[in-house]
Amino acid sequence: MLSILDIIWVLVIGIIVLGFIAVSAMFLIWWERKVSAHIQSRYGPMRVGWHGVLQSVADAVKLLLKENIVPAGADKLVWWLAPFIVVVPSVMAFVVIPFGKNLIVKDLNVGALYLMALSSVCVIGIFMAGWGSNNKYSLIGGMRSAAQIISYEIPLILSMIIVSMQASSLSMQKIVAAQAGYWNILHPNMALAFIVYIISATAEVNRVPFDIPEAESELVAGFHTEYSGMKFAMFFIGEYTNLFIISAIAATLFFGGWQGPVLPGAVWFLIKTYGIVFVLMWVRWTFPRLRVDQLMGFAWKVLTPVSFFNLAVTGWLLLK
Amino acid sequence: MDATQTKDIYTEEFLINMGPQHPSTHGVLSLELTLDGETIVECTPHIGYLHRSMEKIAENRTYTQFIPFTDRLDYVASMNNNLGYVMVVEKLLKLEISERAKYIRVIIAELNRIASHLIAIGTFAQDLGAFATPLFYCFREREKIVEIFDQLCGNRLTYNYMRIGGVLTDFSRDIEEKIKKFIKYMRPKVDDYDWLLTYNAIFLARSKHIGVLSKEMAVNYSITGPNLRASGVKWDLRKDEPYLAYDKFEFDVPVGKNGDAWDRYKVRIEEIRQSLRIIEQAIEALPQGDVAVKVGRIHKPSPSETYFRTENPRGELGFYIVSDDSVYPYRLKIRSPSFSNLAVLPELVRGLKVADIVCVLGSFDILMGEIDR
Repeated sequence: MLSILDIIWVLVIGIIVLGFIAVSAMFLIWWERKVSAHIQSRYGPMRVGWHGVLQSVADAVKLLLKENIVPAGADKLVWWLAPFIVVVPSVMAFVVIPFGKNLIVKDLNVGALYLMALSSVCVIGIFMAGWGSNNKYSLIGGMRSAAQIISYEIPLILSMIIVSMQASSLSMQKIVAAQAGYWNILHPNMALAFIVYIISATAEVNRVPFDIPEAESELVAGFHTEYSGMKFAMFFIGEYTNLFIISAIAATLFFGGWQGPVLPGAVWFLIKTYGIVFVLMWVRWTFPRLRVDQLMGFAWKVLTPVSFFNLAVTGWLLLK
Repeated sequence: MDATQTKDIYTEEFLINMGPQHPSTHGVLSLELTLDGETIVECTPHIGYLHRSMEKIAENRTYTQFIPFTDRLDYVASMNNNLGYVMVVEKLLKLEISERAKYIRVIIAELNRIASHLIAIGTFAQDLGAFATPLFYCFREREKIVEIFDQLCGNRLTYNYMRIGGVLTDFSRDIEEKIKKFIKYMRPKVDDYDWLLTYNAIFLARSKHIGVLSKEMAVNYSITGPNLRASGVKWDLRKDEPYLAYDKFEFDVPVGKNGDAWDRYKVRIEEIRQSLRIIEQAIEALPQGDVAVKVGRIHKPSPSETYFRTENPRGELGFYIVSDDSVYPYRLKIRSPSFSNLAVLPELVRGLKVADIVCVLGSFDILMGEIDR
């Protein structure tokens, strides 16, 4: 039975997680703008606060005050639900992410599996947004997204399985513990798994060079073309939360998670996570975008065989 | 639902209107696309959203008054448009201009060619999804050129600098220095683009063998400029029908091999290098003298027909003037390169993916201002 204390405890955790997500997403949006600006030899936001740190707050206030436009002929229920279905799984993923030795909401014994399951839910939201908008560009974006995320899920999951095999556990804390002193990335097969993981994960969160669902130059804004105000902000928060999560998973699975000398675990974890986030931002502002058929071809002809090969090699190494 | 329907699923092509408001149609171009999933079945460009009846306006303006209107044709390369127009009027009036004016015109036209190609490269990269970074780099370099023009004639986009019989203002020493500095600054930047874009694997995958325009097709559709040269036809008016002082300078005409989108991009990159060479030679050998022949503002040529064409950044820009016994032209016909370049688009994109149409369109570097006129 749940006692009152349990409920309060759950609420406190929930508020902390949601607060962290909101602050983290806002920080990442500001940071991405600064990183992109400096890559493009300009300043980026400079006016709101020191070097524009409060820019995201100002944007959030603006988006809250915006009118919520529903396109004529939209599938109302699907249209309303879509942003929530995109955001909720990314919030739920925080449950199993270990920020420190004891800094984890709940160390599920199927943690990695839980994350894999959550990553597939997001696509439903995106597809709903594409379908519900009653806009052809959105529909194409939604269709592309469905095809893309389903394709890239396979190499993504396979590379996560390799890590689980090494640690012989699906629990995130045990995976971290298995890397004590010797990070996974230092094994050659794990390094390969990391490369596959980071490519597939970039595709999972629809970032350049895999941003075809919202390809600006052909689809205007893809699945969220018709969204405005806070619903648009939900997609935005979802996108940046997902960015944080894939980097956090990468840090946990391949870079020893919160482990590190001198500094406390949470600091190490955030340093590693934001390091990977920075690399992903760097990639985004440098590369052009792949075409939809090339994207599928890459997933099925390159990443999936490589992952299966890697899986077999890892299995052999473990049994040897 | 009966058995036959479930056996082969009925699918339908669908129509999508790309533009006139769309981020990558380069202005107010509307493309009516028939799509089979992601594949293009048919593409029909609709133009005319920017029509300002330039040719009719010309019939009610004196020869001098029409110069600012030519700025608004190809507004990315206004200097080159100015040049084409004043050259045809000079041919009509049989006017000989000073050597210094010729050299200055060459320098200015080539600078503007670089500026125009920079925009073409930047927007092409943007169309391929390289999120704004190459575009910003190109604009950063273009800014230097625009600053030179600003100092020269007080405008940043529509210059109105060429005059019948010469140019508006002479170069100050300061400007000569600035141009020399710009050449030094620009050379390594072009190499940077090679590092960033030209041989990038994704960029190659997206633009190689896309929208292949064969030699014959290019000639049949009267494609001109970098797009023609990318198909392997070595035709450049600066070399083949030299005007101004172009025959005095050493430069190559870059040509492509396959005529695909990448070749069109690559030819532009090479042309920037060649333009820098021309400017360097011209600024070294800049002769002294007046920059304009003293002629009145009103010209009254004898009734005749004149045609003159120049090499614009986008291709051959031709002006055809029929003059009568008045101070206005009887008829002015503008042969704009982008118009012909756009015409081949439906042929090239059939069977490609939606993303490719943006790539092909971007590689042609069309400009609605001169298509609609």
